[in-house]
Amino acid sequence: MEKREPLFRITRRQDIKKSTAYTIYLLAFVIAILLGSLVFVICNVSPVTAYSAIINGAFGKSTGIRQTVKIMIPLLGTALALAPCFKMKYWNIGAEGQITMGAMGAAFFAINFYDKMPHVVLLLVMALSAMLMGALWSFIPAFFKAKWNTNETLFTLMLNYIAIGFVAYLQGGPWEGKEGSQIVPNFNSNAVLPKVFGVHMGWIIVLILVFVMFIYMKYTKHGYEISVMGDSENTARYAGMDVFKVIVRTAMVSGAISGLVGFMLASGQDQTIYSGIAANNGFTAISVAWLSKLNPFVMVLISLLLAALSKGSSSLKTAMGVPASISDIITGIILLCLLGSEFFVNFKIIRRQKEDK
Amino acid sequence: MFSIIGLIKAAVLNGTPLLFGTAGEILTEKSGNLNLGVEGLMFMGGAFGLAGAYVYSVITPNPIGFVAIIIAIVSAFISGVFGSLIYSFLTITLKANQNVTGLALTIFGTGVGQFIGEIMRIRIGGNVTIPNVLKNAFVDPVMPGFLRNIPYLGDILFSYNIFVYLGIVMVILMHYFLYKTRKGLNLRAVGESCSTADAAGINTDRYRYFATCIGGGISAVGGMIYIMTISGCVWNYSALSGEGWIAVALVIFCFWKPLNSIWGSILFGGLLILYLKVPVPFIPTQIYKIVPYIATILVLIFVSMKQKKENQPPHDLGVNYFREDR
Amino acid sequence: MEKTHAIELRNITKTFGKVVANKNVNLYVDKGIVMSLLGENGSGKTTLMNMLSGIYYPDEGEILIDGVPVTIKSPKDAYNYHIGMIHQHFKLVDVFSAAENIVLGLEEKGRLNYKNVSEKVKEIAEKYGFKIDPDKKIYDMSVSEKQTVEILKVLYRGADILILDEPTAVLTPQETEKLFEVIRAMKADGKAIIIITHKLNEVKEISDVVAIMRKGEHIKTVKTAEVTEKEMTEMMVGRQVELNISRTDVIDPKPRLTIANLNMYDENGFKRLDDVSFIAYSGEILGIAGIAGSGQRELLEAIAGLRKVDSGSIIYTPENNKFENLVGKSPIDIKNAGVSLAFVPEDRLGMGLVGSMGMTDNMLLRLWNKKKGVLVDKSDSKKLAEDVLNELEVATPSIDYPVRKLSGGNVQKVLVGREIASNPSVLMSAYAVRGLDINTSYTIYDLMSKQKEKGTSVIFVGEDLDVLLALSDRIMVMCDGKVSGIVDARKATKEEIGLLMTKSDREAQ
Repeated sequence: MEKREPLFRITRRQDIKKSTAYTIYLLAFVIAILLGSLVFVICNVSPVTAYSAIINGAFGKSTGIRQTVKIMIPLLGTALALAPCFKMKYWNIGAEGQITMGAMGAAFFAINFYDKMPHVVLLLVMALSAMLMGALWSFIPAFFKAKWNTNETLFTLMLNYIAIGFVAYLQGGPWEGKEGSQIVPNFNSNAVLPKVFGVHMGWIIVLILVFVMFIYMKYTKHGYEISVMGDSENTARYAGMDVFKVIVRTAMVSGAISGLVGFMLASGQDQTIYSGIAANNGFTAISVAWLSKLNPFVMVLISLLLAALSKGSSSLKTAMGVPASISDIITGIILLCLLGSEFFVNFKIIRRQKEDK
Repeated sequence: MFSIIGLIKAAVLNGTPLLFGTAGEILTEKSGNLNLGVEGLMFMGGAFGLAGAYVYSVITPNPIGFVAIIIAIVSAFISGVFGSLIYSFLTITLKANQNVTGLALTIFGTGVGQFIGEIMRIRIGGNVTIPNVLKNAFVDPVMPGFLRNIPYLGDILFSYNIFVYLGIVMVILMHYFLYKTRKGLNLRAVGESCSTADAAGINTDRYRYFATCIGGGISAVGGMIYIMTISGCVWNYSALSGEGWIAVALVIFCFWKPLNSIWGSILFGGLLILYLKVPVPFIPTQIYKIVPYIATILVLIFVSMKQKKENQPPHDLGVNYFREDR
Repeated sequence: MEKTHAIELRNITKTFGKVVANKNVNLYVDKGIVMSLLGENGSGKTTLMNMLSGIYYPDEGEILIDGVPVTIKSPKDAYNYHIGMIHQHFKLVDVFSAAENIVLGLEEKGRLNYKNVSEKVKEIAEKYGFKIDPDKKIYDMSVSEKQTVEILKVLYRGADILILDEPTAVLTPQETEKLFEVIRAMKADGKAIIIITHKLNEVKEISDVVAIMRKGEHIKTVKTAEVTEKEMTEMMVGRQVELNISRTDVIDPKPRLTIANLNMYDENGFKRLDDVSFIAYSGEILGIAGIAGSGQRELLEAIAGLRKVDSGSIIYTPENNKFENLVGKSPIDIKNAGVSLAFVPEDRLGMGLVGSMGMTDNMLLRLWNKKKGVLVDKSDSKKLAEDVLNELEVATPSIDYPVRKLSGGNVQKVLVGREIASNPSVLMSAYAVRGLDINTSYTIYDLMSKQKEKGTSVIFVGEDLDVLLALSDRIMVMCDGKVSGIVDARKATKEEIGLLMTKSDREAQ
């Protein structure tokens, strides 16, 4: 019998240089862009034209940049909201619903109290109410997770549909404007978030949140508890942490921030509310959070990238008739490629030596 | 009495896409792969199934219904296999996190599905659909008339389109495979304890790949059935959305047993259609529509509160395996 | 012509990253021979054998079976060459029956027929003197039954070369004797058998030859009859060693922990602790013996406040005689009540430490909530990390290097170092030396003894009866969640403890 060594073998890497790791990520990103080109080729569009159209659409004119930033705000905000949950290995994919409930909480005051409070107070009340609703919506699955280990992935997901259903009802019922329109009329200007440099001031709020979240995760007791929980619940219990409390609290913090995003969307971006107000931000933010390895500063970059992609794709649609969902496909490809590249960071591939002694 | 039969019929018809979605995911999860991308797979299946049948109807002068069905099934299945292959490559070969990879697949798959759907609309200008002859082939009952004409029973048991019976046969075959064959035993071992299966000389990667890809293909066929039967051969993004996630939840509800998925999917098919079949005057439709999601949550809670040894998920579900990690 | 061996390893080398697990190993076994593979933990025994069973692939060198070079890329290849390995952590599917586990992965033709399987299994079992119920589910089996299934699994596949990794670690002395009978029967049948072990008395009892490994290298293979235990130890450790555990007399013992009628059910409704009562005194080491899973873990976790107790009391009596019932208290409550309780759990990286964090952040596990405020203060834990690093000579690149990447011995030093730093009045440890090399093991024994001399009440759950007998002052034996006896460690024998380890079974019948 002949001796044959396998062609490739893999072993775990002990340590990896930072530069090597970054090179791997960069390569993965390049591959993703190339794979994306393939999709354009299939659609009979030159990839070069398409990508330059995307970049132009996103950053070409100041209106484009404003649009991109506008898309980026909720994405970044939601990714920040998800970070503590994911660090804890609590798979909250219910940000979509938490945003929607937040928007609903804000809209309630915008619709019913717009003339009863001064501008700033009204906005503060709206924001608080949004955070409260988001936190509440996040509390429900967290409670069951902490108590009976109920599957939070599906629970949070189902709550998305329920939240969207609620708003759909309000939109066609109590909050409906013109009868039969199924539309909630625009908020009174008193309930609208003011603009700074042409974009609603949500961008300032999320930028502040970036720093707050960084400190929360890295330097606070809460952050430490979350890290320990993410590694092992048993260790957390051993260290005297109240596992129930940490799960529920973290999920509620996360829900509150998502709710705040809902407030920014309703009051700043859309100035009304409708059932699709979360606009998939809750899902795309999962990619942002994961790709940035839960680092708030990296999240700024990644959310900018995906926002640019999204804005650029919509220009692409107008210009070349390529469906805007191409941005979802490319986002998916980037995400899948970067997920795959982790492997090359964690493992080493050993090739068979040519000569066998 | 009449409306109850009507409800049952509607439940079965609406449950069939779920039956495929769920059964496919059961096969996948039995191998230890938790593929949360079912939503994306069903979108891809729906879009490609419709596209397949549409292309066939355009290029053939006299399209035959049965052939269209086969083409729709095959193209949906292949799209599902393709999606699952990406998932498998990432999680099995490259050992990426299963949760996130599944979510990424959902983003990718719903994107692809919607993209194909939109492309068809843009190219043709208006909603893509296929000739009525073919449409009917997808929804017409297949059982012979004398069976259908049996009072009550005929309606409840024999009045359905081909996919209902196909689904039941598929699930029974899956049950037989899992519990009565050597390969099925090996597959279950891979999901229960990958290192044990490996030490017993089973090629665990190959089993995971096969189960995940075939399971994904089956789930994708479910998406196609939804578009071709319930949605009337028209691409409908918003109607299809959520089906895949309910299918994933149903797997838990069915305790990872294929046969349970029959009644599980009928029950949830019924809940999905309840607001149309049994209108309740004082509940607004939009609120009524969330009933299946509330039901799913109740199921999740109930299952987690009553944990029994025989109703547990495969032990190694969601865990990637690397032989040298011990 | 050269004589061929049942199995032969030539110049085998295996590295993991920078760690050399095996270096240039040459070794062979013949048919009808039992060979012990003797070495400390971490000396590369299991790694070496895993290359025979297809788990690892060697970096260099070759494997010969009956004189022919072969490639073993996977466990399947190993079976094809009639090599069967019984791993230390059993490779069995819990929810399957014995028969299902045995046929797993076999590529036999035809329909799956459990009747035929059962018959063939019984046939093999009779031949070598086993007892087995092929339809019994694994989760209903005792440890020794599971081991039987494992052995049958490889025999069913026609293994001629059997490798057993620490087979006696989980058995009582009586069960060990039964296993040795089976091994002798297999040997008489012409099989080549390799037993991985670090217990010298077992080497003497069962094997014909002994191969000694040290730091990944094969030192020497000798006939067992021609070597003394002392010589073996020296080859194993590489220098002369005095393997004596110094045991001082107990001075002024006072009840520290009084456990009375403790009962506990787990989440599945199984009774884990059954009317457990005992007293742990200050200044003594109370050893706890028992088959794995007899309630040791649950007992310690209950005392530490990590598990809910259904009934009974845990009374803590500090120096100043203020009583404190710990039942119903969480770990924080216990600490706040002024009880200084240290706990070295069995699951080091899953409970005692956070693998992805460095030493500083791991010290923080005990200190994070000590000071008031929102932010966490790391200065104390950094100092503690440095102290532990220096005093226990932890080998780590830096105090921020993830502890998961340290060797087993260093991980345990970090954990034990942190726990004794708090000057505990009760120190509990579970399997504190599992997987550690001899040197670190004796460091740990020494630390335990020092704590005892300081007046700490030490509770030491162990698996090696020789160690328990040498280290402890009293030994409590547990069986099926009950206390089956408490003996004086200075007078008791291994056999006596072995009987107590399975006592409740017999009483129940």
